[in-house]
Parts: sequence; structure tokens; C-alpha cells
Amino acid sequence: MSAVTSDRPSAGARLARLGRTLVSPRGAVFLLLIVLLIAIAVLNPSFAEPGQFIRFIQRVAPVAIVAIGQYFVIVGGEFDLSMGSVVTAQVVIAGNLIGQDEAKSLPVLLLMLAFGAFIGLVNGLIVTLLKVPSFIVTLGMMLALLGGTLYWTGGAATGNPADGFREIGRGGIRGIPVIDILPWSVVVLAAVLAAAIWFSKRPFGRTIIALGDNPTTARFSGTRNWWVKTSTFMISSLSATVAGVLLVGYAGVHPSVGRGYEFIAITAVVLGGVVLGGGRGWVVAAAAGAFALEALFTVLNFAGVPSTYRDAVQGAIIILAVAYSATTFRSRRRGRGIEASSDAPSQTSPDAATQTSPDAATQTSPAPAEERDAEASARPAPIPSTSRADNETKGGS
Amino acid sequence: MSTATPTRAPRRSGSRRRLDSSLIVGIALVAVIVIGAILVASVGRNFFSAGNIRDILTGMSVLGFVAIGQTLVILCASLDLSVPYVVSLSSLIAADLMAGNPANIPFAVLVVLVVAALIGLTNGLIVTKLKVNGFIATLGTGLIIKGYLDTNYKGTSGQVPWEFQLIGATGVGPVPVSTLLMLAVALGAAFFLARTRTGNHMFAVGGNEQVARLSGIRTARPLIVAHVLCSVTAALAGLLLASRLGVGSPVVGTQGGYDLLSIAAVVLGGTLLMGGRGSIWGTIGGVAIFAVVDNVMSVMQVNPFLKDVVRGVVIVAAVAVYTSRSLDRRRPRFTAGAEPPAAAEPAAVDAPKGGAA
Repeated sequence: MSAVTSDRPSAGARLARLGRTLVSPRGAVFLLLIVLLIAIAVLNPSFAEPGQFIRFIQRVAPVAIVAIGQYFVIVGGEFDLSMGSVVTAQVVIAGNLIGQDEAKSLPVLLLMLAFGAFIGLVNGLIVTLLKVPSFIVTLGMMLALLGGTLYWTGGAATGNPADGFREIGRGGIRGIPVIDILPWSVVVLAAVLAAAIWFSKRPFGRTIIALGDNPTTARFSGTRNWWVKTSTFMISSLSATVAGVLLVGYAGVHPSVGRGYEFIAITAVVLGGVVLGGGRGWVVAAAAGAFALEALFTVLNFAGVPSTYRDAVQGAIIILAVAYSATTFRSRRRGRGIEASSDAPSQTSPDAATQTSPDAATQTSPAPAEERDAEASARPAPIPSTSRADNETKGGS
Repeated sequence: MSTATPTRAPRRSGSRRRLDSSLIVGIALVAVIVIGAILVASVGRNFFSAGNIRDILTGMSVLGFVAIGQTLVILCASLDLSVPYVVSLSSLIAADLMAGNPANIPFAVLVVLVVAALIGLTNGLIVTKLKVNGFIATLGTGLIIKGYLDTNYKGTSGQVPWEFQLIGATGVGPVPVSTLLMLAVALGAAFFLARTRTGNHMFAVGGNEQVARLSGIRTARPLIVAHVLCSVTAALAGLLLASRLGVGSPVVGTQGGYDLLSIAAVVLGGTLLMGGRGSIWGTIGGVAIFAVVDNVMSVMQVNPFLKDVVRGVVIVAAVAVYTSRSLDRRRPRFTAGAEPPAAAEPAAVDAPKGGAA
């Protein structure tokens, strides 16, 4: 940003901006994550060792990958409730079709990816062409897919894929100096996250956000809405497939693997400040939401809280997190109405800078968000798309 | 449909939309009954026997209670995912307080309803005052109740006296008392929506909250009332389940999958998931469709796992049939001609209350 603005911001100003980012709903998840990680390290000092920490990342990897997939659907303005069933179906497919024959690993992996893409395609086409609400489509898909999987296995755990295939989920690159072992899950997660960041910076990724924000505008600016929306469902089903591949190795084959993943993924995404109803959000924050959620469970574990209270704490946390982002933005918007005129000129230049330097975008995130805010007050009241709270929360996360 | 010219559109879409809501559900229900009767006859059983009709009506009652409340919440463009836990909690509280003594029945029912109303009030306040999306708010409160249930109850608990069990067991002819109670509640809810101020405001708030506020409606109150009523009807479902089982159970709500199934039934009944349009009687029709499909599958002894597949397909297919009649709710921002798919809809949003009356 300093390249464009005439006066270079001092270190203090940058720090202040970073601080503001961290308290803003968009950055709050990182703050929460840091606090939770410190809490874990205090409760159990060995957690801070690199080897332990990498194990933690390995455990979060499937959840984070599912959350990344769910992010694209949610930011496009829809829901995907079928992810958990897709995970289950893929786990069972891997268990039954690969068996002890390692040579089958690659063909079955390709089949699983094709199956995942197909499920996403079906979801997306029903949503876009038949205009059925995605909540209902993916709910039906969740019931049908889970029922079909259980019918196939007879409701029992069957099959055990070859060890070579399970290595993906539980093995890793050994003999690395500091961390001893670099699990494949972590590599896969890093690759998926990098791909997701790259993808959301591409024109297509930005189109998804535009579509989630206002489908009419997106259509008038030449977007093929049906294809963009369908592709988000394919992304989410594919990410569920990848998570399934990791879970086969990590958790084994069981029809209950993956159950509830859709709600965990939605929780993680919302915790990351992504607005239900679409149009606002950042994929890294969604992944951080998954980490924060898992870190929260780890804290509860170490703190000796009975596992039955886990759900209750999870429920309280997500309500508070969303309430925080909703109410903070309301108050900020209200305050800004008065000082908008004096504020606006100084805000414009960093905003222009973010478009030229992509890596600065992470730092200046609040600025363009507020900029959009100022414009939002000028345009007519938006029509809520999916959910009630949109008008309040959409203001800027 | 999109070929309708702007001048003709208002009247035509108005008349078609009246056809859309409750009547289409009725037609779908009749179609499901006919297909079901044929299928049941093909295995040599009588679909219309008194016993079978009683089974269907019994199957309707619990989901019916939950779905009535869910309809109110969805009309306000919110959701309630906490219902299965409210159902479980109320069955447990009822069975524990009754403890097998008929004298405790009124007290237990009262406590259950008050507790449920408080849960609903909490939901409503979180949604309206903290501005949390209904999906997240009720998912959160549901998880909190689940944590409480899992911590304090290891299995079934309490004892329901015989007098209370009679509610779930007796019937007038082939019609079970529980179904009659459910229909009475449905009648009350329909009256509430059509004839009271708060009921009418629900449609307004669900249709467009900003417009409702600018029209001078206190937008928070209808939403809170809807959430309270939804939890109360879920509690009624829990009471009914307690009377059927004879005990309270911490998993009875989640096993029934009442959160997602009730939402599916509401949408199956022609209510828009985005709020503002729908009717109680459509919901009852949706619940009836579920009950008939389930009954036919039980009579034909379909594999229980395949039942879920059929259920999923029926939900999506049925809703696809409704929405293919162009339910693009967004009001065209520009002239009707400029927006291709929604061109036939301009009159639909102008009269959002038509469906309920």
C-alpha cells in the first residue's frame, strides 16, 4: 500500500491497522485461534513442540478441507448439507473397492473423484436448473446418499483398504529434522489451501463472490450463473472426497465416519466470519475457523471438561462469535455515518493499492470492506437473499 | 411461463399462484395416495383399511406438531434447528415430573411448556437482538441443550402415568386423539396467521424485513413470537412422544430427525424457505405426504436404508415440481421485461398474504 499513498504509514500505524484487523470480525477468528493455541500450550506445554503441533494439524486437516469446500458454496449464497454423507460414501467406497489389492488404489481414487464431482454436479444442476432451494436439494442428497451407502454395506462396517492407500491419511515423510515426520495430510491440506487461495483470486473465484452478493447484478454483468453455482457444489463435493481419502487412513472404514461433518463445516466457515447468504468472506479465515473449532475441542479436552459438554460449549461459542461480528459491524456502520465525508478520501488510496499488490490485501482487509460500506449506504436497501440477518452482517465482513 | 407479456402477467400469475400453494400440495397428496394405494394393492393389502389409516394419521401427529411451529419460523425467514433437542428435553422433563402419578400431569405439562417457551424466547432474542442468523443461533442453542441432555441423562428416565399414555393410545374411530390435537393446533395456528396482527406481521417481516420496518412494524416481535411458538409445539411433540413411550428419552428427538424433516415438510407444503409466503395447511399436506410415503414403504417392507433414499428423492422431486412453476422470489428491480426468468412474477410479491387466507 505504501507504493501508492504519498505518505508512508509508520510502523505504529501499521500495527494499529493490524490490531484493527484482528478485532474486526474478519480477523477475529485468527485472534480466537491464537488465544486458544496459547491456552493449549499453557495447559499442556508439550503441545508447543513442533512434532505435537504437526500432529494437531494432521488431525484438523480433513475438517479444514471440508470447510474450504463449504466456503465456496456458502460464499456463493447456498448451503451444502450433503458433505458428511459424501465423506461417508467415499470412505465406504474406498474400503470396499480397493480391498487388499494395492494396484487398485489409483483407479479407485480416480473413481472416487469422479463420483464426488458427479454428486456435486447433480446437486448444482438441481439447484440451478430446477430452482430448488439448496437446503432441500442437499438435504435430500444427504438422506439418499447415506441411505444408499448403508444399504450397500448392510449398515455394518465392511472393507479395509490396502495399507498403501491408508498411508495417505496416517503416513508421512519421515526423517525431517525438527518435526520428525511430515504427515501427508498436512501436505494435502497445504496444497488444497494454496489452490483455494489461488482459485479465489482468479476471475472465476471472484465471480463466485459476486454471484453470492447479488445474483441479478452478476447475471447482468455476463456471468453464467448456473455454471458458476454448479461448480461451487462440485468443489465442495470434491473437497469432501479428499477429506474422505484422508479419513480412510486416519479413522478407518465405518459408516459413521463423516457424520455431522456438514454442520461442523458450516460452523467453521461461519466462525471464519463468512456470511451465510453469500457475498462476504475469505477462504483462509474459513480454514482458520476449522482450526479454531478443533483447538477449542482440544482445550476442553486438556481442561478436563466432560466430553458431553463439548457440544454445549461449541454451541455457545458459535452464537457468540456470530453475534460479535454482527453487532460490531452495526455499531461501526452507525458511527461511520457521521464521519464518512472526512474518512472517505484517505480510504480510497489503500483500496486502490490492494488491487495492484495481492499480498497486501491481507493486511489492508478492513479498508476495502469499509469502503464498500460507504457505498452500501448510498444504494437502495438490499433485498435479503437467503437469510434474515444479511442486511446487518453483510455490511462488511 | 416466462413468455407471458407484462400486461397479461399480473392476473395470470395471480390466479396460478393461488393454485400454487395449498392446492398443489393437495394434488400432490392425492397423487401420492393413489400411487400408494396401487402399490399397496399390488402386494395384496388394503390401503384404505381402518388400521392402515390409523397408522398414517398416527405417523402424522408428531412431525405435524413440530412442522406447524417450524412453518411459523420459516414464514419469518428464520429456521429452527433446535427442535429435536427441545422434543427430547420436554419428553424427559414430562416423564420425570409425572413420575407415574396422575396428579402431577397438569404441573408437568405446565413446566414443560414454560421451559420450551423460554428456550424459544432465547432463540428469538438471539436472532433479533444479537442479529445472529437463525440457522446459527438455533444450531447453537440446540447444541447447548444437547450438551445438557448428554451430561445429565444416560438413558430413558421417568415414568408416565397410564392416564397420560391414553392420549397417545386412544382414538375416535380410526382417528387417533393425538392427530385431532395436532389438527386443532394447526387450526389455531392458521387462525393466528390469518386473523391476528402479529400473524399478519409475520408474513411482512418474512417477505422483506426492511420494508416491514419502514412500514412501521416492530420487526422483532413477530420473530420472537414465532420462535416461542415453534419451541412450544416442539414441546407438545415431546409430550406426545412421552405419552407413547411411557418414559422420557434423551435421543427420541434426534432419532426422529425432526429438525431437517420438519423443514423438508414445511417446504414440501409450499412454504418458501426464504420466508414471507406459505400456509399451515400446506405444511399439514407436506406432513401427510411424508406419512403416506413412509406407510407405503413399511407395508411393502422396503429395506429401512432404502427408505431414506426414497425419502430424499421424494423431497427433492416434490419441491422441484413446485418451484419449477417459477418461484423466483426476488422482485424484479427493473421493468418486468428486462428480467427474463422472473418476468411472470410481478404480482406475486405484491400480495404475499394470499396463500394463507
